[in-house]
Amino acid sequence: MIRIDSVTKRYPDGTVAVDRLSLDIPDRAITVLVGPSGCGKTTTLRMINRMVEPSEGGILLDGKDIRQQPVNTLRRSMGYVIQNAGLFQHRTILDNIATVPRLLGRPKQQARARAAELMERVGLDTALAKRYPYQLSGGQQQRVGVARALAADPPVLLMDEPFSAVDPVVRKGLQDELLRIQSELGKTIVFVTHDIDEAIKLGTMVAVLRTGGRLAQFAPPAELLSAPADPFVEDFLGADRGIRRLSFFPTTELELQTAPVVAVDAGAEQLASRAGAPYLLVTDLDGRPLGWSEPDRLTAGAVDTDRLLPYGRPFVPGTDSLRTALDGAVLSPTGWAVAVDGEGRAVGVVSQQVIGEAIRTAHSRVAEQAAEHAAGQAEVKAG
Amino acid sequence: MNVLDFAHAFFSDTAHWHGYDGIPTRFAEHVRYSLEALLIAAAIGLPVGLLTGHYGRGGNTLALLATAGRALPSFGLLVLMFIWIGFGLLPVMIPLVVLAVPPILVTTYEAIRSVDPSPVDAARGMGMPETRVLLQVEVPVALPLILSGLRTAAIQIVSTATIAAYVSLGGLGRYIIDGLYQKDYEKVVGGATLVAGLALVTLAIFWAAARLTVSPGVRRGT
Ligand SMILES: Nc1ncnc2c1ncn2[C@@H]1O[C@H](COP(=O)(O)OP(=O)(O)OP(=O)(O)O)[C@@H](O)[C@H]1O
Ligand SMILES: [Mg+2]
Repeated sequence: MIRIDSVTKRYPDGTVAVDRLSLDIPDRAITVLVGPSGCGKTTTLRMINRMVEPSEGGILLDGKDIRQQPVNTLRRSMGYVIQNAGLFQHRTILDNIATVPRLLGRPKQQARARAAELMERVGLDTALAKRYPYQLSGGQQQRVGVARALAADPPVLLMDEPFSAVDPVVRKGLQDELLRIQSELGKTIVFVTHDIDEAIKLGTMVAVLRTGGRLAQFAPPAELLSAPADPFVEDFLGADRGIRRLSFFPTTELELQTAPVVAVDAGAEQLASRAGAPYLLVTDLDGRPLGWSEPDRLTAGAVDTDRLLPYGRPFVPGTDSLRTALDGAVLSPTGWAVAVDGEGRAVGVVSQQVIGEAIRTAHSRVAEQAAEHAAGQAEVKAG
Repeated sequence: MNVLDFAHAFFSDTAHWHGYDGIPTRFAEHVRYSLEALLIAAAIGLPVGLLTGHYGRGGNTLALLATAGRALPSFGLLVLMFIWIGFGLLPVMIPLVVLAVPPILVTTYEAIRSVDPSPVDAARGMGMPETRVLLQVEVPVALPLILSGLRTAAIQIVSTATIAAYVSLGGLGRYIIDGLYQKDYEKVVGGATLVAGLALVTLAIFWAAARLTVSPGVRRGT
């Protein structure tokens, strides 16, 4: 664990960048530092690898003051990724990635073999190994930056706005990749961003800092959304906090209806038996959704697929969140969301009303848990 | 008779190709003075430029020294040194080195200063020692500029090394000075042509050195 213990950083010009900050950064999880520009995120991150020295307070790594070991030994045990990747333009991609293993004295061949392994790990084609940084796109350069930080297999990874210079599509890809790598490697990651959505997506824990380098709130993202500590955090979270919170509610317990789902070749009898539903979802012969229709507009055995209404974006129950389900229902002109399995075959439909119920249930469950937690804490204190 | 005729006459006279005053001897002498001056100037200018550039200190002092160095007339300095020290190589080397240090020093300083700070930051953050940051991160990227400083210095040395002849030393300056004294314009033109030729060879050598030492990643396929 990295413990930031009442750390203050005052720059020589008098700027207080970080003010009595205390944070316990959990092992094998992503801890995000987020906040407005100039709130001291970078300063905090750079104090962890001693690129900046605190004016007061200290930082402990697994219980030991980070100043107890030589500074370069400390840094080699922590991967460091910065905004524009900071690649060495005179070295090939492979040699860029091999930098830290080489610093640690590994033989060249071994370091390069390791670098090639990491290229694959971060989703880079090994055909790029002999290229130079200028021959790569921004997103690819950023991947090289991550690979370089991981090359010596450090337990800790420090990342300062690593994805903020690439376009939204590439950024999403990089974020998903980081989550995948993290699920495989389980590093202790400290991630700086000014983008609250990125913080919520990536963070196991999120520290919101306010200008002047003070901690506003330190909580898991779901808690941040449900219970912002103060108006500053609430404002920083943005307008659609309620909707975004739904990302943390599962769709496992949503009750799906299968009756309104009919195949494109359904006979007259089957159609008649379903006539009670306001809309029917027509699927192809494999069960993939084609679109919605009012029951009386369907002709048995000869459905005109061109006249079907669009079905919005389907969700996968159990995998997707209530947010995706609600989004599907809102997008669909019928107000119903379509549930599909991993292969894209319709497994049922669900109405906005039912999703609404599920949201209320989820809310009250969270409230109950919070109350229980509070009671438990009180007991601990009393006992 | 025009310049080309003078040059032709000079180079086709076989007497000019032999002996202690022959072209090969004078050429070799000129190259030797130039190389020595360049090496001494580089030994002073490179380390100082690299260190001040790396630590970002002393830029103003450097600029001042460089301006002062450039303002000193080489010939005046030669005369001064000659009066002070007498005959020998030293009074020639001093003005040449004084001439060559400023371009090397200032360009090296600027070259290191202009290196993109983010790879340097990344290198430090990965735990790279300062000497390696300088030699393995900053210098390879700054190399084209550093070489251009050395090239400027080398060209200036080659053309100025003719002054060696004033203090009875050899080199290609002999032809120019003796030629002027003897009103032998063949010799003057021949000597000047050889100096210009050597300057061109110097350019070619630096071009080749850059091709060999600058990484394709820095050259960017140009
Ligand atoms: N070397 C320095 N000297 C003086 N002040 C500094 C220095 N570095 C940062 N600061 C100041 O400290 C404060 C915090 O800076 P820091 O870079 O940590 O912010 P940040 O949260 O990373 O901001 P951003 O999102 O813009 O990157 C700012 O007011 C900044 O101007
Ligand atoms: Mg920053």
